[in-house]
Amino acid sequence: MSAVVPALPEREEHVPEASFLGVDRSVRSWLLTTDHKRIGLLFFFAISLFVFLGGVFAMLIRIEHLTAGPGIMTAMTYNRLFSLHGVTMVWLFMIPSIPTAFGNFVIPIMLGAKDVAFPKLNLLSFYIFLVGAIVVLVSMFLGGIDTGWTFYAPYSTHSNTAVFWATLGVFIVGWSTIVTGVNFITTTHNLRAKGISWMRMPLFVWTIYGTSVIQVLATPVLAIALVLTALDHAFDWGVFDRERGGDPLLFQHIFWFYSHPAVYIMILPAMGVVSEVVSTFSHRNPFSYKAIAYSTFGIAFVGFLTWGHHMFVAGLSTFDAGAFGILSMLVAVFSAIKTFNWTWTLKRGAVSVKTPLLFVFAFLFLFVFGGMTGVAVATTSLDVHWHDTYFVVAHFHFIMVGGTLTGFLAALHYWFPKVTGRMYPERLGAISAVLVFTGFFVTFFPQFLLGNAGMPRRYFDYLPRYHSLHVVSTVGSWALAAGLVFPVVYLTWALFWGPRAPDNPWGSRSFEWRTPSPPPKHNFHTQLDVSIGPYDYDKPLAGFTTGRSATREGEIE
Amino acid sequence: MSDTARHDHFESLEQQGDAARLGLWVFLASEVLLFGALFVLYAALRVQHESAFRESLEHATKTLGSINTAVLLVSSAFVAMAVHVLRAGRVKVAAALTSVTVILGLAFLAIKITEYVIHGGEGIGPAGTGHFFVEHRDRGFVPFWTLYYTMTGLHALHVFVGTSVLAFMVGGMVFGAIRESTVYRLECGAAYWHLVDLFWIFLWPLFYLA
Repeated sequence: MSAVVPALPEREEHVPEASFLGVDRSVRSWLLTTDHKRIGLLFFFAISLFVFLGGVFAMLIRIEHLTAGPGIMTAMTYNRLFSLHGVTMVWLFMIPSIPTAFGNFVIPIMLGAKDVAFPKLNLLSFYIFLVGAIVVLVSMFLGGIDTGWTFYAPYSTHSNTAVFWATLGVFIVGWSTIVTGVNFITTTHNLRAKGISWMRMPLFVWTIYGTSVIQVLATPVLAIALVLTALDHAFDWGVFDRERGGDPLLFQHIFWFYSHPAVYIMILPAMGVVSEVVSTFSHRNPFSYKAIAYSTFGIAFVGFLTWGHHMFVAGLSTFDAGAFGILSMLVAVFSAIKTFNWTWTLKRGAVSVKTPLLFVFAFLFLFVFGGMTGVAVATTSLDVHWHDTYFVVAHFHFIMVGGTLTGFLAALHYWFPKVTGRMYPERLGAISAVLVFTGFFVTFFPQFLLGNAGMPRRYFDYLPRYHSLHVVSTVGSWALAAGLVFPVVYLTWALFWGPRAPDNPWGSRSFEWRTPSPPPKHNFHTQLDVSIGPYDYDKPLAGFTTGRSATREGEIE
Repeated sequence: MSDTARHDHFESLEQQGDAARLGLWVFLASEVLLFGALFVLYAALRVQHESAFRESLEHATKTLGSINTAVLLVSSAFVAMAVHVLRAGRVKVAAALTSVTVILGLAFLAIKITEYVIHGGEGIGPAGTGHFFVEHRDRGFVPFWTLYYTMTGLHALHVFVGTSVLAFMVGGMVFGAIRESTVYRLECGAAYWHLVDLFWIFLWPLFYLA
């Protein structure tokens, strides 16, 4: 990476309009902005803060497990930490992460629109998110929670920790999720520029659309579960309480009716990022655009019919459990369709290995590994053995954290030049990708072995025979943490001192690269020309450049 | 109306209206799932406490609840008429018709609160509070009444929000923000109101009839 950026020819037909970053630099203009790009950045910073916080909780948990028995904290502190780790990571990072930060930024541009359909609601959704997140954090200071992120009744309703505040906070965050979903669905239907038919949309839009459908339909069900839990905790409401004629199993049903599809809220946007990155860096159209687009809806749909696989040991009938097991395995079929498409696209393409693609490689490995273990835990007889052990912990960290986190980092590097108008240092990016992947693998692979050997999840203490694997896992978490902190350093540097990015540094055909980096306030200077589709790699690039990416391939070598 | 109602990122007022309508319908889908979860809880708990739920239905406010059904249906008809006349450009008539809906919405809430007071007087509270539950030992009575308060309470909250939205729209029609060209705004308010109405159509049999 020698970053020889070509001299930028002056645009002739337009007086250069200030970018969205430059139009107004006041704090007020940021806090009250209705520009989807700025709102995306507000979300990005908020979410980065929460992933840092959730990461600190995780590090403390891992350090505690360096030794059996009490180490740096009491058992109660440990319970609070893993609960808050889960709540923070699930609702304050993974659910909002890619859609609110990158979705907000690129979706309208990918559709050739000036903004999302409801810009004010978009801003509102950010503040709702912030209020909800603050309430969750306040619960930390009011005694925390010791229920785990799943808030299972009847324990949650009797726990004397701040369950009320935590559930209230998550409930509020849910509103933000729904509003965001409504906004993206409407934007996709309504604001596509002339010529962008459904089958001409970049694949990232498809996945955000699918995600939004899940958000809109699943989140209200979680809302009911949370409200009833909060009422139960505060006023002995009793809907989930046997003694009052209620039924605790009903909590599990409605909680997982949301929380299983929620996994796809986390992973689908990452899949969208992968689709974009794979095509761009193979300089090749996806092997089958339709297969990738439709399988998104396969996952979104089947995802609603699999919640029972969390309840195999909760007394489901054999038939029900079998049905849920098979439906769960169907998700793997749709995921495999995507995975084969990506790998085949790579194989047919001329691959340039850049940081975003390295993160995608990490995604592919972690996702396939996590997915295969997912099929394993969907098998009822095996799940009885693995239920509530570290095996399950390792499985869902691989698939949803591994998937979302690498997708998030790929997106961050991929769109960094577009968002900031600067290039990040390629070599440091590669180092970070390797660190994240290695750290992740070393942290969580031993947890499969621990779980298979019988180590239960959420236990403060463990038997001596589990010691060495716990140590390996903890050491891995340090590498992972380093891999996550590192980008903060070099991206901050690049933000101010990185070389200027051309409009289309990767030679991508996708629509968001046909506008200046960073984009002007209304995204495009002129009407977006969509005669060349987002994946038409067989057509010459010169047809749509905005006039600033002058190298042969439109790519910085 | 002039183009001032159009937001910058839409090409036309029609497109803006379509977006608002679609956005609202997507939100309504979300609302259906919100109540859907509660209907599922009702069904599951009713299966577990069949006789107690049946017995509970023979309560004191059957008539009031049924009157409320009529109130809501009539209110919905008025706002539907309001949309029709507004499409024909008769803003004042539309405002008057919508005002009737608002008044009926308030009447619904008044009757609902009366019902709660009557139940309170009988010693029936949510979460098994009150002397009624001392006299009726079957555990099934508790979830029936807890769900009654939860579900009709959530519905009443929706009625309150819907009434406020429609009252706001009356203001919009009086002051000119809602006219023939921006009828989609009233349509959205009306569609929300119809859904609130529809929820009651399901709550009524579940808590008053059978």
